[in-house]
Amino acid sequence: MAGKGVRDYKRRIRSVNNTRQITKAMKMVDAAKLRKAQEKAESSRPYTGKLQEVLARLVAMSVQAKHPLLEKHDPIKRVTYVVVTADRGLCGAFNTNIIRRANQAISEDERPVEAGIVAVGRKARDFYRKRGYNLQGDFINLGDKLDYTQAREIGQFIAQLYEEGAADEVYLVYAHFINAMRQIPTVQKVLPVETPEEITAEAEEFAKFAPDYIYEPNVDEILISLLPRYLMSQVYHAMLESKASEHGARMTAMGNATENASELVDILTLEMNKARQASITNEILEISGGAEALKKGGK
Amino acid sequence: MADNTFLLEVVTPERIALSEEVQFLVVPAMEGELGILRSHAPIVAGLKIGVLRYTMPNGEIHYMALSGGLMEVIDNEAKVLAETAEHGREVDLLRAKAAKERAERRLAERQDQISYVRAQMALLRAIARIRASELDRH
Repeated sequence: MAGKGVRDYKRRIRSVNNTRQITKAMKMVDAAKLRKAQEKAESSRPYTGKLQEVLARLVAMSVQAKHPLLEKHDPIKRVTYVVVTADRGLCGAFNTNIIRRANQAISEDERPVEAGIVAVGRKARDFYRKRGYNLQGDFINLGDKLDYTQAREIGQFIAQLYEEGAADEVYLVYAHFINAMRQIPTVQKVLPVETPEEITAEAEEFAKFAPDYIYEPNVDEILISLLPRYLMSQVYHAMLESKASEHGARMTAMGNATENASELVDILTLEMNKARQASITNEILEISGGAEALKKGGK
Repeated sequence: MADNTFLLEVVTPERIALSEEVQFLVVPAMEGELGILRSHAPIVAGLKIGVLRYTMPNGEIHYMALSGGLMEVIDNEAKVLAETAEHGREVDLLRAKAAKERAERRLAERQDQISYVRAQMALLRAIARIRASELDRH
């Protein structure tokens, strides 16, 4: 008989169904992980926000605030991008979008600068290593359970690059989490340390009315303890956002894959039934044809 | 009653560890302990690894282990920002003691500068946790 037999269809359907079960399970796992990651990102916000406020006030109120991480480098020769991706794939265009955003930022920079990369996540490392970029460092296998110590390590690393002059500006590139369907690749400047304008304005307003702020023991000591912490908390926040985005992206991708598999099973089942019908019709035709022939022969 | 209290918040990257009206607060500042009462002048202080102590309006005293950070007081709101903060009663004493021994062993071995400093910090953290735990016991 021409075309596929019923058995071939059965085999295809079973295989698509197996794949569907895997994608469905992955979707559910990532949905659960997404919820946790979101909560974690949420609960890191007060810390970062508060550090930012204290820092802005400190900078606004003391002209003599000096620290290597606040110092602007001049001229700017080397710009480092800390690219935060996932370690794993199977999450749609998630990793590609981040890397594309980073590359866009590099090519849009019209100053005569060299770009360096610090890869966080295996996908970023593999991409930049393969293409021969100046990979200044990599942090991989961070796992699904991020903790602050990992961010501290990365923060220390980039602070060192900056202080040694291996980087004159540092940007974070990560996925900003909106919801499971939407993650926005974001580029954020982290070094030299700057505070967002609205917070700076607020702090300057505050500074006018509070000249009697006490620093214990003194401004410099506090900056030494505050600035690295602020940097680390930004890295931590980016990592948490990226993790939530990764789970969201994977959940969506796997949801789509599951739907596609279901559709495919429906189509294949229909075609299998058609094929079965056709073969039954054929058999009946053959039998009745044979009977007819016998009848004629008998007469 | 409430006119001699102020808000104390202890915030870490992981959570808001504490948010309570308190009467008296003592933090491990860089140059010694620092006591805060209501109507304190605005202050920013660097904190060392150590034990934070606060008195509730009903006179109860509680202890927390901090791993260094900052405190800011303005308008009767004290915010302590620390990398980790643990209530004394939450401390896993066995683990803290094990960490202390481990750190002491590391210090005994002769090592390069960085590992030495690290071990020292680990030891201080373990001691702070053990002290907070013992003080918070009653």
